[in-house]
Amino acid sequence: MADKICSTEKDQHCDGNQNEGNGVREITLDGVLSGEISSADIRISPDALHNQSVIADQANRSALADNLRRAAELTNVPNEEILSIYNALRPHRSTRVELDEICNRLETEYGATTTAQFIRDAIIIYEQKGLIRRR
Amino acid sequence: MPKSSRRHEILAKRNVHKDTYIEEWPDAGLIMIDSPADPQPGLKLDEEKRIIELDGRPIAAFDMMDHFITRYGIDTAVAEEAMNIASENYARMLVDIHVSREEIARLIKGITPAKLVDIMRHLNVVEMMMALQKMRVRKTPANQAHVTNCKEHPALLAADAAEAAVRGFAEEETTVAVSRSAPFNALSILVGSQAGCGGVLTQCAVEEDMSLKMAMKGLTSYAETLSVYGTDDTFIDGDDTPWSKAFLASSYASRGIKVRFTSGTGSEALMGHAEGKSMLYLEARCLMTIRGSGSQGVQNGSISCIALPASLPAGVKGVLAENLLATMLDLEVASGNDAMASHSDIRKTAKLMLQMLPGTDFVTSGYSAMTRKDNLFGGGNFDVEDIDDWTIIQRDMQVDGGIIPVNNEDLVAARERGAKAIQAVYAGFGFPPISDEEVEAAVYGHDSEDMPDRRKSEDLAAAEDFLHGPDTVVQVIKILAQQGFTEVATRLLEMQKLRLRGDHLQPSAIVSDTFEVISAVNDPNDYAGPGTGYRLSGARWEALKNIPTAQRPESMVQPDDFDSKSFDMPSKGVALPGTSEKEVVIAVGPAFGTQITETLSGISHVDVLNQICQGIEAEGYTPRVVKIYRTSDCGSIGWHGAQMSGSGIGIGLQSKGTILITRKGLNPLNNLELFGMSPNLTPDSYSMIGQNSARYAKGTSVSPVPSAIDNMARLKFIVKTTLMHRKETSCVRLDAPARELEIEHGR
Repeated sequence: MADKICSTEKDQHCDGNQNEGNGVREITLDGVLSGEISSADIRISPDALHNQSVIADQANRSALADNLRRAAELTNVPNEEILSIYNALRPHRSTRVELDEICNRLETEYGATTTAQFIRDAIIIYEQKGLIRRR
Repeated sequence: MPKSSRRHEILAKRNVHKDTYIEEWPDAGLIMIDSPADPQPGLKLDEEKRIIELDGRPIAAFDMMDHFITRYGIDTAVAEEAMNIASENYARMLVDIHVSREEIARLIKGITPAKLVDIMRHLNVVEMMMALQKMRVRKTPANQAHVTNCKEHPALLAADAAEAAVRGFAEEETTVAVSRSAPFNALSILVGSQAGCGGVLTQCAVEEDMSLKMAMKGLTSYAETLSVYGTDDTFIDGDDTPWSKAFLASSYASRGIKVRFTSGTGSEALMGHAEGKSMLYLEARCLMTIRGSGSQGVQNGSISCIALPASLPAGVKGVLAENLLATMLDLEVASGNDAMASHSDIRKTAKLMLQMLPGTDFVTSGYSAMTRKDNLFGGGNFDVEDIDDWTIIQRDMQVDGGIIPVNNEDLVAARERGAKAIQAVYAGFGFPPISDEEVEAAVYGHDSEDMPDRRKSEDLAAAEDFLHGPDTVVQVIKILAQQGFTEVATRLLEMQKLRLRGDHLQPSAIVSDTFEVISAVNDPNDYAGPGTGYRLSGARWEALKNIPTAQRPESMVQPDDFDSKSFDMPSKGVALPGTSEKEVVIAVGPAFGTQITETLSGISHVDVLNQICQGIEAEGYTPRVVKIYRTSDCGSIGWHGAQMSGSGIGIGLQSKGTILITRKGLNPLNNLELFGMSPNLTPDSYSMIGQNSARYAKGTSVSPVPSAIDNMARLKFIVKTTLMHRKETSCVRLDAPARELEIEHGR
């Protein structure tokens, strides 16, 4: 996998020590001990997820690639909001308006257009199949 | 009622009859394949390549899952080509080494659920196994462990997790008895597994919301609780839709967590919404939904419902078919074998072979790393007490089932590392402390009965605080490092660093002990017939074949130093033919009493000779002992003895204790009485053999010496027999004459 994004063996290793969002930073035990490294520094980045989606596409795994693209969009969505969107998508949980609001918010707040479109697709079927909460 | 035989009554009590068997009942979904309600394969596209009919159902009648599958689960670019290939041809392609895995996977992306099932119709189990060997996505097979215990004791969880790691499990999964325990259980196996061996992926199976929270804290590195069912009603009863599950999958990925979905035959029938469809057809729908969701993989093979398909005709075959379908859809498969499948060990093992021999990404979806009764998944189909059987089966068949045999010393050391590391983490956080006694019990114990009770309410309160507090895995790493557990801390950090690249989100990812990701991308299954694909060889084969109980055969019998040892019984010189009609010759093998001094079952040669002599003397006859050098064969030894016997009766006695009575004139392969299984002989038997030999010499009527029948004797002793006989044969001297031995010295 790594060989498809990195040109050299060396790149593969140095890459692993980067926080691609915040520039280069060595993730070391000393860094953890000194408090320099926090959990924010070892989060997956949208770039890493995009790279993985490219690899998935190259391997003819388009559904996995789409999932990883949605994931890339969701990296910036806070934990609590992720949980609340998930619960809202469960059957009979949300009104049409609530689901529309989620889509709008994903797009405007987080630029999560692919995910928003995915949920809009769901809304059509939820309506057809009576999975929308009436009020 | 006709009278039943005692045999019938005994058979009825066999374990296999504790399992339930039923006839097919399609209306209730109790049929593995080919329910009358199953649709025929078919796909219609409009001009814009949108699917307007799926397996005979027009778009207007699509259910929720049809919509999802047609939108995300079928590659319409290849659909026309793929649907036009006959199912029988797909079946042949699957077992044809000249058709590549990639080509089949490309085409399968364009077919429908009913078509998938139709392909399975043309395959028998052996063909399915061949296909599974070729179609699984990762070349190297692996295995997953369950790690739980009834008391949810953190030290025992950590010790068992550490043990499972050194045994080679690539993934470890825990769950809860009380859901509030989840963060501590996840923490215990996270720390324990890395203390055992770096690179193990871990997870805690709980409700999705909790599971996601723990993932976000970095307490888990994968999730597989995303369950999918094959009908709309079952799906909704499970409180999800394909879209909510797919969103969840993306959410996990957005936190760098590997995700595997769960499905499996039988769940729809169990939940009462099978719509009269066959189990395999509904599973095909699940798998296409899972693929459409963008999951890299699935655990299937009926999983917790296994006893339901197993109650049906061809049920176990159908479960293999569902594993195969997952791989054809290019999904990683953790292939079941976790929940109890049968009361019968024979039946369970036979079923296991369907996945173990071809190899799957994870041969089990949870091998119970502890005892069955400590397994909180309701699992334990194979548990830690079966683990040596497993590793020996691997050695027997040169097959990699993902478990490494480990000696006791290394297991104890790993358990200690795990238990001490979690003790340090608890101390560092100020959680209710884990005492040294608890660590000791966890290291040397077997199950939760060996563990002291903890104050559960205090643990639960601390677990809740931890879950809702700000601390994450980074704090765990810091504590471990501060407390001197640098190696464990480093390993935990390396696991976190996987997220920076995300390579472990590709299909079928596992992580080596040097933290390299091994997946379908960099370790793709390239099976293309004999000599290709995964071959158990090199260092891995050395590790799997070297079970701790394998002995050095050279050290199993006395060493080969026959030149240095003196005779216990001095020789009276070259043996000559006797003249007394009142004598019986006992001819012994060339190693007797010298290079070998006791029989296979441990009776000393002195005792054996004493017994035989006493028996002969009891009939008023005189024994002579003659040592034969030119042969080690029992028949020939006896034959030579008979030639020298004044009475014509000779006894042939090998050093391992095998004995016969013969008479001059009989050829070496014939005899009067033969006792081929020396472990069945007692000292008394040898005495009676002596007595009988004398009676043959007298010409009185003789009842053969009875000997016990123990059909396990050969099984128990064949290796030692081989080694002893090899030793005796090495003492053969073709040019050495037989020698007369001094009996008194031996008595």
